Order: sequence, then structure tokens, then C-alpha cells
Amino acid sequence: MTATRSKPFSVFGIVLAVLLLSLASCGGPGPDAPAERVLNRGLGSAPDSFDPHKARSVQSGTVLRDIGEALLTHTPGGELTGGVAEAWSVSDDGLVYTFTLRGDARWSNGEPVTAEDFVYSFRRLVDPATAAFSAESAAPVENAEEILAGDLAPEELGVQAVGERQLEIRLAQATPYYLSLLAHTSTQPVYAPGVERHGDAFARPGNLVTNGPYRLVHADPASLVEIERNPYYWNGAETAIGEVHYHVLSQPASEYNRYRAGELDITDSVPAESFAAIREAHPDELRVAQTLAIYYYGFNVTKPPFEGNPDLRAALSMAIDREVLVERITGRGEAPAYSFVPPGLPGYEPPKLPFADLSRQERIDRARRLYDRAGYSDDNPARIELRYNTLDTHQRIAEAVQVMWRDVLGVETELINEEFQVLLANMRAREVTQVFRSAWSGTYLDAHSFLSILESGNEANLTGFANAEYDALMRRAETEANPKTRRLYLEEAERVLLSEHALIPLYYYVSKHLVSPDIEGWQDTILDYHYSHHLSFRAPD
Amino acid sequence: MLAFTLRRLLAAIPTLFLVVLGAFLLVRAAPGGPFDEERVLPAELEANLLAAYHLDEPLPTQFLRYVGGVLTGDFGPSYGYRDYTVGQLIAQAFPLSLMIGGLAMLLALALGISAGAVAALRPNTALDRGVMALSMTGISIPVFVIAPLLVLAFGVSLDWLPVGWSGSGGISRLVLPVVALALPQVAHIARLTRAGLIEVLESDYIRTARAQGLPTSTLLLVHAARPALVPVLSYLGPAIAGILTGSVVIEQVFGIPGLGQFFVNGALNRDYTLVLGIVVFYATLIVLLNLAVDILYATLDPRIRLT
Repeated sequence: MTATRSKPFSVFGIVLAVLLLSLASCGGPGPDAPAERVLNRGLGSAPDSFDPHKARSVQSGTVLRDIGEALLTHTPGGELTGGVAEAWSVSDDGLVYTFTLRGDARWSNGEPVTAEDFVYSFRRLVDPATAAFSAESAAPVENAEEILAGDLAPEELGVQAVGERQLEIRLAQATPYYLSLLAHTSTQPVYAPGVERHGDAFARPGNLVTNGPYRLVHADPASLVEIERNPYYWNGAETAIGEVHYHVLSQPASEYNRYRAGELDITDSVPAESFAAIREAHPDELRVAQTLAIYYYGFNVTKPPFEGNPDLRAALSMAIDREVLVERITGRGEAPAYSFVPPGLPGYEPPKLPFADLSRQERIDRARRLYDRAGYSDDNPARIELRYNTLDTHQRIAEAVQVMWRDVLGVETELINEEFQVLLANMRAREVTQVFRSAWSGTYLDAHSFLSILESGNEANLTGFANAEYDALMRRAETEANPKTRRLYLEEAERVLLSEHALIPLYYYVSKHLVSPDIEGWQDTILDYHYSHHLSFRAPD
Repeated sequence: MLAFTLRRLLAAIPTLFLVVLGAFLLVRAAPGGPFDEERVLPAELEANLLAAYHLDEPLPTQFLRYVGGVLTGDFGPSYGYRDYTVGQLIAQAFPLSLMIGGLAMLLALALGISAGAVAALRPNTALDRGVMALSMTGISIPVFVIAPLLVLAFGVSLDWLPVGWSGSGGISRLVLPVVALALPQVAHIARLTRAGLIEVLESDYIRTARAQGLPTSTLLLVHAARPALVPVLSYLGPAIAGILTGSVVIEQVFGIPGLGQFFVNGALNRDYTLVLGIVVFYATLIVLLNLAVDILYATLDPRIRLT
């Protein structure tokens, strides 16, 4: 009896001991206070990889910009500037780029960064065996497409070390925006001996060698990424903050709580539901800026009712009161969109939708005329399915649009709410979609980053838009070396796109951050990049 | 008992196989894929990716490859956390979930059994009704309400405890998640304990023991506790498995990198291997815990025989 009774208690005791032991081992960094202040930044959701070639998420990009450095990088204001390259030249035909690397560029283990490192990295980027997500950034390089398709060996890539510090890149065709691709994280060099030694695990803390202002110290991919100053970085003297902690917090509300509790200096976002209250409470800490991203509704133009029906598409686009959407629903400083390419790109002025200058009433009148002309009436209303992925904001926008279409035109809209992956699959298949919610963001500072996805045959062309004039203009823009002429081609292409109403631009996204008053050096930019080494702590008064 | 254990373990093998097969078919039946985003990949890039992860093979081949891997302890690479394998992610996340879930369960047991016993000893008094009303409240308020309220009160307003997991380390960061996770369990356990105890206290043998003049404490601890706790025990098996594999809500609110958020994010992002790995892990855990509960039954209640 005694023996059986004591048994559960001994089990209990063992469990307790195990728990206390694991508690002790998981105690975290401990109470030893660092002399230097750590910068705590919210990262949003979890980063997917710190291998620049396998990384795809925005979050990985944020960390990679701190720990690595490509040939070019950005100034605090978002302009291109030399990274590992201290000088470069482009041949007159725009095909050959020659870079001179800094003599003092170093890996985080002290070894020099050489032109050979870049050759190795570019080859790895396009090697089909790497299966890199962002290999597109190398697409303009000579033979890149053939290597990606498996038709040529990676050694055939048009990237060559001319000397230890001289790198030559040959392009397949002139690409006026090519330099901006060379600031993308996917073109950062990877440390060859590390890749060879550790394989898939080379990007883990302890293995990863990088060449940026910081180096990776610790990464718990779903919780915390810790980086510290890379003592060998060529411009380390300018790096004010010695240690940065990125906190993985996918819920903006949780992030805001931690900001208020003083546990974060910079947030990744701001909770939508309490935006007004936050603007009231922290007017000087809230940073809102327009970004290079657009929220739009696409039409599946390959199926009825939108196939060959630009009048119906135009009527639906005109009937939406975008001002109401951004003021009443999103309400975070977004601007209503009348173009597909967001404004703010250097050397590009997006044309506007043909009705952009009309008053609300004129738009309503014209929308009704077009609706009539397309063969619809109150007795024979258009019946439309509008698909969006499950999210509160998407739902509220869809409901508002449903009402606007009904009130202005008498359209009967069915709202279909789908899980994101389901919607993606449907949009790609173009079988059941009619109107669908989507978004696009630019990854380099050029209108091509947006307009190229609507070329016929582009995989990201979810509308199925195929227009010979558009394709011809885009092809001419892609090969035109003169920036002024090229700009005209691109603007004309967008004008064609907008006049065909293959999609409905709704609003341009904004970036939203809370930035502690202690932080100096923060600048709002259209790409929403904020390198930690550009920031510093305000000296106490 | 050894024969019983062995038989149950053998019976678990087909169960686990069916779980793997079902989970495999379900995740693959879901629309979309692990590399699908609004930024659709160019065809040749996508083909390279699918080939690199063997996703271009026929489904039966992929299934056999997966099962073969699992048998050798290899759960494959994660598609969403590409620097890690699924095994490494589970190995990182489970100790955390175990610690937080285990502490929450211990807290829930201590509070729940005491509260239930107190209520059972004074049935239908104000004390009993008060305890039961409180526990009813605990059951009714969902964790996603309790957790942010605790954060607001103790983290933001009073500033006594850290709000998040990452960063300011130490034991204090455990308090809020453990309490938030324990509260609904306290309520369940209290109600089960009370019901079980009231029933046992009215039984004949207790009446006999009482008539013999045994003090209430002996009565309760020696004679009544074990049979009264059988319902609690049967609740504990699945509850422990659930709580150990992580509470998604708690992990989201506090930013804890436990198993639950890996599971949910894996499912949403079609991280097939991660979802499957956690399902296999969870299923194994449930099988083992149910077995443990059955064995404990026999220890607690001599009328139960293991056959």
C-alpha cells in the first residue's frame, strides 16, 4: 500500500525536477547588464533564412542588410551608394559593368572580401542546385537565364574577377536599372569556405560569416535575432550602435505592448485597430510614409464577364470611391491610387487613370454610361464574384466596394473570403477568379519592377492581361539605354495598361513605425529600409 | 503490466502510420504550395525549387521518401525556416513548450485540486458557489482575452513583469504566460475534483470510515483522494498533450517560440514537412500519454485491471 501510494509522488517529483532543470537551462541571457545600450527592433514575422540566396522574406532582408553588404548599398535617405564597391563604370553600350572593390572590405573573420568571392556568389545564385528564390536579380547577366534553365554550367555566367579587387559583370542586354539590383540582399557575397564546410547549415549562428556592419550572434528563428558590431567592417567607425536585437512579433498589438513597456525602440508596424489612439498618444514617435507598394483589385480578363469587356471593367473601377476607402477604412495615411506604379520613383512620373481628374459625380455618370454600353441594366445587373484573403481590412474594403458597386451601378457582388494560399492557387489558375484582391511591391527603384509583371506570359500576371502594344513598349523600354526615351516607353506602357483597366488600383501602402524619441538618424524612405548602422542613440541631455 | 505496455506500443504503430498517411494526404490536398506568394516565381526558378525539395516527384514516391526519413529519425528540411531541419525546430521548440506547459499544468493541478476540494467539503454553501462561479468564469473567458488583459495589467500599467519573451530574460518572463495558460485548466480541474470528491464522500465506505471516527484529513488524503481524482486523471492525458505541444494563442501574445506557433504558421504557409513532423510528434505524445494515464488508473483505483 505504502509503495503504491508513493509512486505517483515520485513521478511527480521527477517531473518537477526535470522542469526546474530545463528552467535553469532556459534562463536566457541573464542579468549581467551590458555597458552599451542595445537597440531593440521589432521584426514582424519570422525570417526564413540568413542565406542571401535562400532568403525571400522581408524580415530576412531587414537582417541581411545589417549583417551583409552587396556591391552597392543605400544611404540613410534611400539613394544608391557604394557598398563593397568603391567605384564603378559602365561601358557606353550599357553591357559591361566594372567594379573596383574597397581594399579594406573584410569578412567578419577578418579575411578580405575579394572579386573571387563575388564570382563564387553570383554563380551560386544562378546555380539550379541552389534553388535560390531571388535569382531574378541576376537575370540580366550574360547566360544567367540559360544557367537557371539548366542549359549551361554556372561557370559560364558573365561575371569575372579581373584582378583581386576588380570585378567585371557582362549583361545579356542593357538594363538601365541594373545598379539598383546590386544593392539587393540576394547579390550579397556568401563566404565560400563556410558554404563548402557547412552546406545547408552555413547560415546558422556560429557558422555564418558575413561582410556587413554587423555579424550574427544568435538566432532563434521564431523569437529573437541578435547581431553585434562586425569589428572588421570597413566603415565600422561610423557604426554607433554596437548591438541590435530583432524581436519576432507577428502581432502588431503584441509589438505595441512591448513598445509601451519600453522593451522595443522601433516597431515594425502599428496595430490597425488602435491607429487613431496611437497617433493621439505618440504623435512624434509615429512615422508613416508612402512605400513602393500598391493594393489593387485584379480582373481575370481571360474569362467572362471580364474577357473582352473593358467597358464593364472601367465602370467598376470608376464607381469605387477610393477617397472613402483610405479615409474611412484603412485610415493610416494611405493615398488613393490612380496609377499602378506608386509615385516617388526617381525619373518616373506615373500616368493616371483616364478619369482621375473628374469629379465624383462625373465619374458616377460616366460609369453608368459604360455599364449600359456593356449591356447591363437594373433588370439585367452584372453578377460578380469578388475574392479576397481572410483579413479584417480586406473584408471591410470588399464590403465597402460591394456597396459602392451596388449603389452606383446596381451590380450584385458576391464576396468570397478565402485562405491566402487558396486565393493564390485560384488566382494563378485563372479558372474561377473574376475580381480578386492582390498587392505588389517593388524590390528595386524602377517602374519596371511593377510594369514587367503585366507583360503577357509573366508568371506574376494574375489578370491574364495580354496586350501586344503593351508588350512591345515594355520590350523597347527593356533595351533602351537612353533613360529619357526609356522613361517615355514605360510611361506609355502604363498609360495603355490603365486605359485597358486590367486592374483597379485602390491605394498605395504606407510604412508605419513607432520610433523611440531616443533614436537619431531615422529617415522615412519609399523602400522602407532602415539600416541599423545609420541609427544612433540620442545623447542624454 | 509489461505485456499490456508492449501490446499497446505495438498497437500504436499502425495508428501512427495512419496518422502520417492522413496528415500527408491532407496537407497535400490543401490548395497552394510552400513557395506560393503574390510574388509568383518565374517558371524555371520554381522548377528548380520543386526539384531541390523533391516536390516534383509523384506523390506516392514523396510519401515513401518521407516515411523512410521518419523511420530513420529524419523529418526533412523545413520549407519555411530554410536554415533548419524540422527535427531541429522541434528540438528547439519542444523544451520551451514542455517547460511552460509543465509549469502551467503543475500550477493548475495545485490550484484546481485545492479549490475543488474546498468546494466539495462545503457543498452548496456560499464558499462552494463562489469557487464554482470563479471557475465557471475561468472556463468561459477564452485565453485570447485573458492573456492580453494580464499583459495590460501587469506588464504595461503596473510594469511589474516583462511583456514579451525575447529580450529581458530571466524567470520573470515565465509568470504571465504560465498563469494565462493555467487559468482555464484550474477551472476545469476544480470542477472535476469537486464532482469526483462529492460523489466519493457520499459512498458507503467513506461513511463507514467516518463512523469509525477517522479525522477528515485522513479520510480525504488516504481514502477519498485517489478514487476522486480518476476523472481528473482521464482529463489530464489529452490536456497535458495539448498544453505541452503549445498553446498557439499564448505563444502569439507573448512571442514565445514554442511548437504551437510553428504548427500554425507551418499550416498557413504550406510548410509540409514542418506540419507533418509536428503531427507525428504530437500523435506519438498522445499515444504515450494515454498509455501512461491507463497505467496510472490502475495505480489509483485497484478495481481497474489492465488487460
